[in-house]
Amino acid sequence: MENSFILYSLLILFLPLLAFVIQIFFGKRLPREGDWVSIGAISITLILAITMFVKMLLVGDPEFKHEASIVWLDMGAFTISLGFLVDNITIIMLLIVALISTCTHIFSTEYLKGDIRYSRYFGYLGLFTFSMNGIVLANNLMSMYMFWELVGVSSYLLIGHWFEKDSAADASKKAFLTNRVGDIGFFIGIMLIYSAVGSFAFTDVFDGVASGMIAGTTLTFAGVGLFMGAMGKSSQFPLHIWLPDAMEGPTPVSALMHAATMVAAGVYLTVRIFPILTPDALLVVAYVGGFTALFAASIAITQTDIKKVLAYSTVSQLGYMILAVGTGVYTAAFFHLLTHAMFKANLFYGSGSVIHSMHHALHEKHDHETDPQDMHNMGGFKDKMPITYWSMLISTMAIAGVPLFSGFLSKDAILAGTLSFAQHHPEHLLLPLFGFGAALMTAFYMFRMIFLTFHGEPKMPELIDDIHESPKEMTGPIVLLGTLSVYIWYTLPNNLSPMSSYGWFNPKLDNHNFKGGLVHPIDSSVPGSISALEIAEHAHHAHHMAMYISIAVAAIGIFLSWFIYIKKGLSVNALAERAGFLYRWSFNKYYFDENYNKYLYQPTLRLADKVSWLDWELYDKYFINGFGRLTNWASKVTGKFDFDVIDQLLVDGTGKIANLIGRKFKGVQTGKLQNYVLYVAAGVIILMVIQSF
Amino acid sequence: MDQLNNYLFISAILFSLGVFGVMTRRNGIAVLMGVELILNSANLNFVAFSRFGGMNLDGHIFGLIVIVLAAAEAAVALAIVINIYNNLNTINVDEASTMKE
Repeated sequence: MENSFILYSLLILFLPLLAFVIQIFFGKRLPREGDWVSIGAISITLILAITMFVKMLLVGDPEFKHEASIVWLDMGAFTISLGFLVDNITIIMLLIVALISTCTHIFSTEYLKGDIRYSRYFGYLGLFTFSMNGIVLANNLMSMYMFWELVGVSSYLLIGHWFEKDSAADASKKAFLTNRVGDIGFFIGIMLIYSAVGSFAFTDVFDGVASGMIAGTTLTFAGVGLFMGAMGKSSQFPLHIWLPDAMEGPTPVSALMHAATMVAAGVYLTVRIFPILTPDALLVVAYVGGFTALFAASIAITQTDIKKVLAYSTVSQLGYMILAVGTGVYTAAFFHLLTHAMFKANLFYGSGSVIHSMHHALHEKHDHETDPQDMHNMGGFKDKMPITYWSMLISTMAIAGVPLFSGFLSKDAILAGTLSFAQHHPEHLLLPLFGFGAALMTAFYMFRMIFLTFHGEPKMPELIDDIHESPKEMTGPIVLLGTLSVYIWYTLPNNLSPMSSYGWFNPKLDNHNFKGGLVHPIDSSVPGSISALEIAEHAHHAHHMAMYISIAVAAIGIFLSWFIYIKKGLSVNALAERAGFLYRWSFNKYYFDENYNKYLYQPTLRLADKVSWLDWELYDKYFINGFGRLTNWASKVTGKFDFDVIDQLLVDGTGKIANLIGRKFKGVQTGKLQNYVLYVAAGVIILMVIQSF
Repeated sequence: MDQLNNYLFISAILFSLGVFGVMTRRNGIAVLMGVELILNSANLNFVAFSRFGGMNLDGHIFGLIVIVLAAAEAAVALAIVINIYNNLNTINVDEASTMKE
């Protein structure tokens, strides 16, 4: 059975790559531009992933783990192996990627109908899926890093899909470069670990940490370095700037990127490396995550672009997951990754559906000025797009943390972990405040989005007649993922209570032991760390309190949103006026892009200018050109020497001498035998005379 | 020791006669006969040293080998002379100088 898992993993990894190759080389010539090739390949991976998932459920072994690797590079003492690590986390992640990717493929057939680079788009989707699967399956840091970069490249290609637009081209560059900043830290972390442990494989690294081969400050730095990679990919503060801009890509790509592939990679990495993070490193992780959660949520409150709201909500939710890893409940982070993937992908599909329909309506009116993504142009779509509305509402309730929906379970697990962390370390009281503050804002701005888009009077009444529900290819994924945002899928088979997350995923604490569930937290490898069981028990004690607070803040958030946007109890403009600089800061995303530009990019550019001046004016003109002139002169001298001395004197001279000698000695060769004998006899006599002295 | 000197003396005479023959004769066959004399003078030396100089049987063996070699050499050399005759219609070695420049 283990071998079949490896075979399935290989197929899951390489089928999307195959689709990519076919699309790039033959896509344009195939019927329907070959989208069926990609969809076929990705559907097979989905079927395989479901098969693996079902097998995993049937086996029900939380310790299940299988590894296979090959030596990829062998240079004597230095070898790099590439390999697969298949355990329950891998299988669940593979299913998420395959499911969201399949939905994205199907959704895109309609959303990108008639696009000029239709086949290439599907090819890139395949590449993206391939890279993400590579990260998920990697059993060592080196191959993870390779696929990590591949994810960067494919996100660059997809964000810049409409590269004729300057904004899209800039956004793709920004995403790639911002990620590079994090990747440098990732690379430094890998090298620190390799130099101490001598291996890239996770198991070796964990053993190395446990046996103290790397410890203390070095390990903290290595952990923070690795986490920097995650900060880049999962767009944590201060590297969050690329993600909102990445909305320039097609909406289905945003769904794929925000739910399953790119940003999930960072969280997945931190979940994988959790056992080697020292308490100090974990604090860094927790504060970065917590701050990002609150900070991004505060920006999302004032955004008017429907996709921007979702983008910042993603940043905020990722902050939650990172916060959970930092406070030790890393399986809760992974649980939130799973539930978040479903409802966030669905929200993006929903927004895609709305934008698609707005686009068509505006097209009918020959209006190319109005922004189809601005929520101030929407409103009252509820009856026109019922399927989109209802499934988006379900997902919104999930993200806001309303009981009965999936987000409530995972968010509750995270908040309980954070709360218990603060109970045991009262100096870190800020962390749960970040968490609950973000939860309040999330409930507020998500419902604000729903109310502005679907409720109230249409803000552009002339459009409302042309707003229609999207075709089946788009509503299908929406309905599917909306359904998956309900709690029941995560608590089956033995728990039907919406208040407890115990189910096939999460274990139950029973008599100081984990019972049931497939994802058990493992102990940290860092010596002297608190055990996973203790963390889980602490979190369990904080569970009820966290649950009541989170229900309360979600209710307050939703109520405020309803009061302001439906009841019109408070004027939005007056509120914005009252908030003053806070509103302006939030609306302008805390001027991050402007400040980065002013204090980071411009000085760098000026420095580059200076350096290029040095390079051109001094180095090139004097050193390089001078060197050229010197070489020219030297070659002339040596050329002269070569011709006059070597050629004329030495080479020709040797020939002349040989000629002369030959001429002189020609006469000796008489051809008379007796002459030769005479020479021989004379020679012998001469030798004998010499000898006799 | 006197006896050894005698043998060496005779051998030297034979050698000189051989060299003289090789150097002065124009007839190819006569040149070969001179070579034979030289070889046999050497043989005489071998045998003499073997007898008086403490070389035991080594000298005899060398003598036998030289005889065999001389026979082989004579066969080859006569074949060359016959070929020269066939090509140039003479056995005068001075005439056989077609390879001169």
